[in-house]
Amino acid sequence: MTERLDGPAPAVPREEETSRGGASGPADTPSTKLRLGPSPAVAIAFLLPAALLLGVWVVYPIVYSLFRSLFDASGSGFVGLGNYATIFTDGSMLTTIRNNLIWVVVAPIVVTTLGLIFAVLTERIRWATAFKLIVFMPMAVSLMAAGVIFRLVYDEAPDRGVANAILTTVHDTFSSSQGYPEARPREGAQSAVAAQDGGVVTKQPAQAGQPVLIPIVGVKPATMPGNARPAKAVTGGGGLAGTVWFDFTPGGGGAPNQVDSGEKGLPGMTVEAVKDGKVAGTATTAEDGSFRFEGLPAGSYVVRLPQDNFKAAYNGLTWLGPTLITPAIIGAFVWVWAGFAMVLIAAGLAAIPRDALEAARIDGATEWQVFRRITIPLLSPVLLVVFVTMIINTLKVFDLVFIIAPSSVQPQANVVALEMWRVAFGGGNNQGLGSALAIFLLILVLPFMIMNIRRFRRENA
Amino acid sequence: MAKASAAVILAGLAVAVAACGNAPTTSGPAASSSASSASTGGGGKTLEGVKLEVAAKWTGDEQKNFEQVLKAFTEKTGAKVTYASTGEDTGAYLGPRIQGGSPPDVAILPQPGLVQQYAKQGALKPLTDAVTKEIDTNYTPYWKDLGSADGKVYGVLIKAAHKSLVWYRTQAFQDAGVQEPATWDDLMKAAQTIADSGTAPFSLCGASAWTLTDLFENIYLSTAGPEKYDQLSKHEIPWTDPSVATALEKIAQIAGKQEFMVDGTSGTMQTDFPTCANKVFANKKSAMVIEADFVATSVAQAKGKVGEDAKAIPFPKAGDTAPVVLGGDVAVAMKDSPGAMALLEFLASKEGGEIWAKLPGYLSPNKNVSPDNYPDALTKQLGQTIVSAGDAVRYDMSDLAPSAFGGTDGKGEWKILQDFLRKPTDVKGAQAALEAEAKKAWK
Repeated sequence: MTERLDGPAPAVPREEETSRGGASGPADTPSTKLRLGPSPAVAIAFLLPAALLLGVWVVYPIVYSLFRSLFDASGSGFVGLGNYATIFTDGSMLTTIRNNLIWVVVAPIVVTTLGLIFAVLTERIRWATAFKLIVFMPMAVSLMAAGVIFRLVYDEAPDRGVANAILTTVHDTFSSSQGYPEARPREGAQSAVAAQDGGVVTKQPAQAGQPVLIPIVGVKPATMPGNARPAKAVTGGGGLAGTVWFDFTPGGGGAPNQVDSGEKGLPGMTVEAVKDGKVAGTATTAEDGSFRFEGLPAGSYVVRLPQDNFKAAYNGLTWLGPTLITPAIIGAFVWVWAGFAMVLIAAGLAAIPRDALEAARIDGATEWQVFRRITIPLLSPVLLVVFVTMIINTLKVFDLVFIIAPSSVQPQANVVALEMWRVAFGGGNNQGLGSALAIFLLILVLPFMIMNIRRFRRENA
Repeated sequence: MAKASAAVILAGLAVAVAACGNAPTTSGPAASSSASSASTGGGGKTLEGVKLEVAAKWTGDEQKNFEQVLKAFTEKTGAKVTYASTGEDTGAYLGPRIQGGSPPDVAILPQPGLVQQYAKQGALKPLTDAVTKEIDTNYTPYWKDLGSADGKVYGVLIKAAHKSLVWYRTQAFQDAGVQEPATWDDLMKAAQTIADSGTAPFSLCGASAWTLTDLFENIYLSTAGPEKYDQLSKHEIPWTDPSVATALEKIAQIAGKQEFMVDGTSGTMQTDFPTCANKVFANKKSAMVIEADFVATSVAQAKGKVGEDAKAIPFPKAGDTAPVVLGGDVAVAMKDSPGAMALLEFLASKEGGEIWAKLPGYLSPNKNVSPDNYPDALTKQLGQTIVSAGDAVRYDMSDLAPSAFGGTDGKGEWKILQDFLRKPTDVKGAQAALEAEAKKAWK
C-alpha cells in the first residue's frame, strides 16, 4: 500500500491498477518497470488455488445446474425450456413465487425499519450495550433452532404457544367465557329440541303445566360445574317450568330424551321464553338443572337457550393455519435478523459526523427534522447494505418455512428454495425441475448481488 | 521469487495428482476382495473380510434391533456390515448417493414405489436365483410382484407394519358404554355415543398426511375389494371411479362433524402423527386413533398398558372385505456384490426373520415365521391376521404410487386428502384433483 502511494499515479483507483497488472500485464511492457507489484507468473500462482476452488465449487455447479435444468427427471430426455414453463404454469409453483414476493416486499422493510428504530433508540440510553446484546442474541441461534422455537411459540393451544397465551390473556381480561362450550342439543326425530343460531330451541311451543325437557349432550368433563346435582324432571307447580340436563348416563344405558337416574342437571344456564320473536321472560337453571319462569302470562312459548350458554372460550388465532402462516414465519425471520440490522445500523450511526447534526439543531431544526433530513441521508449507504442483504436472505429462505409450517399448510407457506429441494430430493425426485428452480432463484438473486458488488467497489474507490 | 512461485505451483500440482490418484487405489482392494469371495463361495464363513454398507431409515431402538440381526449375519458369514441411517427421508439420502455413483451395498426402502423408480434409473441390481428361491418359499406371490419391476425381482419385503387397526382408550369406551365395533356403521354409532358423552371420538393426524392415506386405503380395500384396490394402485382405473367416492364419503362421515374430531378441523390439521396418539392416551382428550401397530409406542410413553389401558381392534369392515393393509420396508441391492445378495438372502429367510421376530417392535411379512416368536400378545395377534389373510393382504397404496403422488408433503394425494379433510363436502372436487395429480405422476 505504501509502495503504491509512491507510484506514478496515486489517484488511479486500485482495482484498475491490479486489473492492468493481472490481465494485460505483458502488453504494457514499459510500465512493468514502474510497477512494484508481483510478476504475472507469481500473480497467477497465487490466484490459481482460489480460482480452482471457485471453479470447482461455484462455477461448475452453476453451469451443470443450467445444463441439467434442460433435461427431464431421469436426466436423459432433453426438454428444452419445458421445466421453466412448468414453473410458471403449475399452480403450486405460482403459490411459491407469490409467497416469495410477499417475503421480499415485507421482510426486508420490516427488518430494516426495526433495526433503525432500535439503533436510534439505543444510541442514547445508558444500558445500550446490554439491550443491543439481547436483541442481537437470536443471531447466535441457527435458523433451524429458531424455527423449532417459533413452532412452539405459534402453537394453537394457549397452554403451550406463547403467542396465543398472550392473546387469550388480553382477551380474557376484557371478557370472560363461561358456560358449556361445544355442548349441543340431543339430535334426532324423537328429540324435543333443535339447534338454532348457535343456541337451542324447543321444536314445539310449550305451555305452563307441561314440563319442558331440554336434553343436552357433548358436555366436556372439564366444563361440568362441580355443583351440578342429579337432574330432576319438574312436576307440578305453577308457571312454565322444565329441566336442562346432560342427557348421558356415564357408562351408557340411559334412554335418550329422558331424565334417567345418574344424569346431572346443568346449572347456570340462561333460559328464555320467547313469544312472537320477543323474549317474554328469562330464568336461570338451578343446580339440578330445573328452571321456572315466574310471573309469565299464560300462553304458549318457545323455550330457548341463547347462544351465550355455549360460547366457546377464546383460544387465540390459528397462527399455523393456511391464512396466517406466511406472516407468522416472517415474524420469526424478523426476530432473528432485527438484531443484525440494528448492530450494522448502530455502527453507521456512530460514524455520522456529529457536527452536521449539531449544525442542523443550531439552525433550529426539530429532532424529527434532524432525523429525516440529516440522519437518514447520511445513513443511507448502511441502510442499503442491510436492505439488500435482507432481500438476498429472504429470497433463499428455507429452514424457517420447512420447520415452522406444519406439513398440512406447507403448500400454502412454500417458497422457491424449499420447493427446489422438495422437487429435486424431498420426494419429487425430479432434479431437472429442481435445477430449473435453482437457476430461477439465481436469476432472482443476481441483480441484488451485482448491486452489492458495485457498491462495494464504489466505496473502495 | 519466481523460483519460489514455481515451487508452490509444483507442490500444488503434486497435491492435486495425489488427490486424484487416491480414487483408483481405494477402489482396488474392494474390487479384489469381492472377486476373491465370489471364488471361494459355499460353506462356512464364506464372506470373511467383505465389508458391506446397509442404509435404512431406522434410528434408536429400531436401529439397535436391526443391528442385532446384522450381527447374527456377521456371525454366520463373517462379512462386516456397517449401518448408515438415512434419516426420515430415504429418497433425499439415496438420490445424491446414486447420482454420485457411490450407493450403499444394500438399501432398505420404506416404499416399494421407490423400487420401481430406482429400477427405472438402473440403480438396482436384480436378485440372484438363490434370493428369489428364498422369496418363493417364504412369501405369497403378491409380495414377490411388489418387489419386482419389468419382470425382474429387485426387492424383498423384510419388515411389515400393520396398518389396519383402530386403537382406543378403554376408559373412554367404558365411560360412554360402547362396545368394540365390528363394522363401519357400528363404529359411527359408537363415535356418536362417545361424542355425546363429552369426549371427542377420533383423533385424526391431519398434519401427517400419510395417516390420512392409510385411513382411505383401509376403507377402500374394504368397500371396493382387493381387485379394485390393485387397479387403483396401478392407476388402471381413474380416481374419478365411483368406488373412490364411496370411500371418500365414509371419511366425510368423520370429517364432516366437528364434534367427532378432537380440536375440530383446524386443530386436526395442525396435529402430526405421534401428537394425535398422545391426545388419546396421554392427554385423554379423545377416544380413538386410527393408525398402525406402532401406536403402541405412544401408549407406552403415556405409561399405559397395551391390552388394558389401550386396545387395538381390527379395522371395522366398511364393505365386504375385512381389510389388512400392510406397510413395510423393502430391501434392495444397489451394488452387484455377493455380500449384498447373501445379506438379502439371509433377511428373506425364515432364520433371519425369526431372529428379528424375537425382538420387540418387529412384524414379519414372511409366512413361515411363526407368530409364536413374537414377544408380546398384540404382535402375535397381528402376525396371525397376516398369515390368515393370505392372498387378500395388500400393501399401503400410497407407498406403491410414485412418491410425487403418494409420498411428498404438500403434494399429490397427501395434499388433496388434507384439503378434503378441510372441506369434506367436496367429494367430486377431491376426486378430480386426485385424478389430475395421478395423471401427472403416472405419465
